[in-house]
Amino acid sequence: MSTSYLIKGATTAAGEGGVDVLIRDGRIAERGRSLSAADAAVVDAAGLVLLPGMVDIHTHLREPGREDAETVETGTRAAALGGYTAVHAMANSMPVADTAGVVEQVHALGRRSGWVDVRPVGAVTVGLAGGRLAEIGAMAQSRAGVRVFSDDGICVSDPVLMRRALEYVKAFDGVVAQHAQEPRLTEGAQMNEGAVSAVLGLAGWPAVAEESIIARDVLLAQHVGSRLHVCHVSTAGSVEIIRWAKQRGVNVTAEVTPHHLLLTDELVRSWNPVYKVNPPLRTDDDVTALRQALADGTIDVVGTDHAPHPSEHKECEWAQAAMGMTGLETALSVVQHTMIDTGLMNWSRFAEATSVLPARIGRVQTQGRPLEAGEMANLTLVDPAARWTVDPHKMATKGRNSPFAGLELPGAVVATFFAGHPTVLEGRLNAPHPDAQKD
Amino acid sequence: MKHLLSTDGLTAADAIRILDTAEEMAVVGEREVKKLPALRGRTVVNLFFEDSTRTRISFEAAAKRLSADVINFAAKGSSVSKGESLKDTAQTLEAMSADAVVIRHWASGAPARLAASDWIDAAVINAGDGTHEHPTQALLDAFTLRRHWSRIAGRTSLGEDLSGLRIAIVGDVLHSRVARSNLWLLTTLGAEVTLVAPPTLLPVGIESWPCKVSFDLDEVLATHPSAIMMLRVQGERMNAAFFPSTREYARTWGFDDERLAALEASPAKDTIIMHPGPMNRGLEISSAAADSSRSTVLDQVRNGVSVRMAVLYLLLSGDDSAQPTPAQEARV
Repeated sequence: MSTSYLIKGATTAAGEGGVDVLIRDGRIAERGRSLSAADAAVVDAAGLVLLPGMVDIHTHLREPGREDAETVETGTRAAALGGYTAVHAMANSMPVADTAGVVEQVHALGRRSGWVDVRPVGAVTVGLAGGRLAEIGAMAQSRAGVRVFSDDGICVSDPVLMRRALEYVKAFDGVVAQHAQEPRLTEGAQMNEGAVSAVLGLAGWPAVAEESIIARDVLLAQHVGSRLHVCHVSTAGSVEIIRWAKQRGVNVTAEVTPHHLLLTDELVRSWNPVYKVNPPLRTDDDVTALRQALADGTIDVVGTDHAPHPSEHKECEWAQAAMGMTGLETALSVVQHTMIDTGLMNWSRFAEATSVLPARIGRVQTQGRPLEAGEMANLTLVDPAARWTVDPHKMATKGRNSPFAGLELPGAVVATFFAGHPTVLEGRLNAPHPDAQKD
Repeated sequence: MKHLLSTDGLTAADAIRILDTAEEMAVVGEREVKKLPALRGRTVVNLFFEDSTRTRISFEAAAKRLSADVINFAAKGSSVSKGESLKDTAQTLEAMSADAVVIRHWASGAPARLAASDWIDAAVINAGDGTHEHPTQALLDAFTLRRHWSRIAGRTSLGEDLSGLRIAIVGDVLHSRVARSNLWLLTTLGAEVTLVAPPTLLPVGIESWPCKVSFDLDEVLATHPSAIMMLRVQGERMNAAFFPSTREYARTWGFDDERLAALEASPAKDTIIMHPGPMNRGLEISSAAADSSRSTVLDQVRNGVSVRMAVLYLLLSGDDSAQPTPAQEARV
């Protein structure tokens, strides 16, 4: 089996055409024009965009504990198909990833699967309970080498605990990724609070519940000189606060999900729980502000918040339904549709927002690297001219809860190279990395 | 019309058709034999996920007067997990060939979810869902209003809408499905609606609603509305800081004896006091007001059966507007 691949005639994220890239032994051996290598399998990349392998800062792989919803194997297959070469697996598994043992387990499952780099996220507090700090240091020093800590799904609402977490992670250059949701203001909340919730009689989730926590956290991060990451920003007001904080030099990064770039709370009128998500879908004005913020860098990165659920958790009343949407296999297309095809950003900024910066936030050394000889070959080849219709039943994820089902979207992943190995070829799953089984 | 899920989106023509049919049904209720053969052989299921004796027996009486077979299914307290039970219950009812499902549910949107799903093919009638809507309550309120004001005007109510009426809806609008359904229906029928409530019990987003909003009950009463509709308020709301105490609520937002006296002393002779029940006497309405001649509380209950007969009849006998009403059928 060939371990050398020659990508011919690609266009780079920066827009340079006719670029050839030779991949050998996991790395980029050469970048140039009209390259040839007799032993290499040729990948025709005419008309395709060659991007650094995408890195998701926010994925729920559900294993251990909810293997009915997703496993590391199925989730990382979905990731590879979506163009990802690394994912950050959120800590809200069962048991919670709040010890070195659990993060090492998730890390090992990722290595055994071999589809992408699985970077476990550690819980900030024991059991996500918000009571006391989890063994953050032990997780950082474990074989999983955790750098991102989050109670995602639940807000670290206690200001003192949040302050301590922000301070503590400085010891190993970690970051706290906050799920910004003031708990008292969102008790029983079912959807964005506004004109639609008023009509539907669903308990509202006010924007201020997100914004007040972000405001507090950026001030805390400034006070203690720490690194803060804000998960899934969903309101125009949050964007303003983050913009203000960045202008003041606060070390804060922020993420937006593809669904918040496209969908609004008007969809809740269908009562279809596939649109139930945390944070909730907001309004048109919020979508506009989020797109602008992603384009101008106020929001640094795209994170999928891929959240697969078994169908019985969505085939029920709205109030009973689980919150969350799948996203790994649609992220690229939704971002192309909302940001690139609208002229708001180019592929260069796309590469930054989906690879370079998320890798930097997570301190993933081998990901999000420049397209240069010697770098690890984590690459994604995209056909921006393709169009396809989303069908959740054809996805690799176990979750069928895609809010984009039936939508025609642009852009398709043609190939994904993970550490020099094509996990995806011709738009289909190829094979996991051959080193995977050796572990 | 296959289902009745909300009054939001119900056209004036459809609403008037239901009200006119209900007038004919009311005639049946006055006869010695209160029964029509219209729905003989059809099965109506009352599927109640939330306690409600009044609404359930009203629907039961309505279905029985139309000769339908009635099954009462109290799903509350079922050991099946709530999420699964709606789908499973619906499929069970489908397997039993239910023609109509009257559903009361604590979750907003549950009837709409049932109607949109492929779990069941029956007509779905919303008998109150969470804090969303209660369309048959609004229809019976509109029916009551129309009858009262047509009689005052010396006209038949058939074919009439509610143009020219001014209705005050007072109380816990935020948590009230009755308020929502009434607002949409009454405004569709041409009435002007003013919502009166403490600011804490009005939803954010109300600015886009087709009504006036006031925090001052006395100011609204001074405009002599055609009807004052008092909403039930739960004393427990006090614990969630929606208002400081039940006494302060009753004084500020309740229809108490002083307000009744002020109304009696005003030229508004024909203004009626409505309440969907069950009432909290002494909280949102005083006993004197509830028992006064202006109170339509029992008319509303009586009219509820006629309106629900009309809804069941119209949904189960097809949506052909050329369809003869039962009275017309009787003439053939």
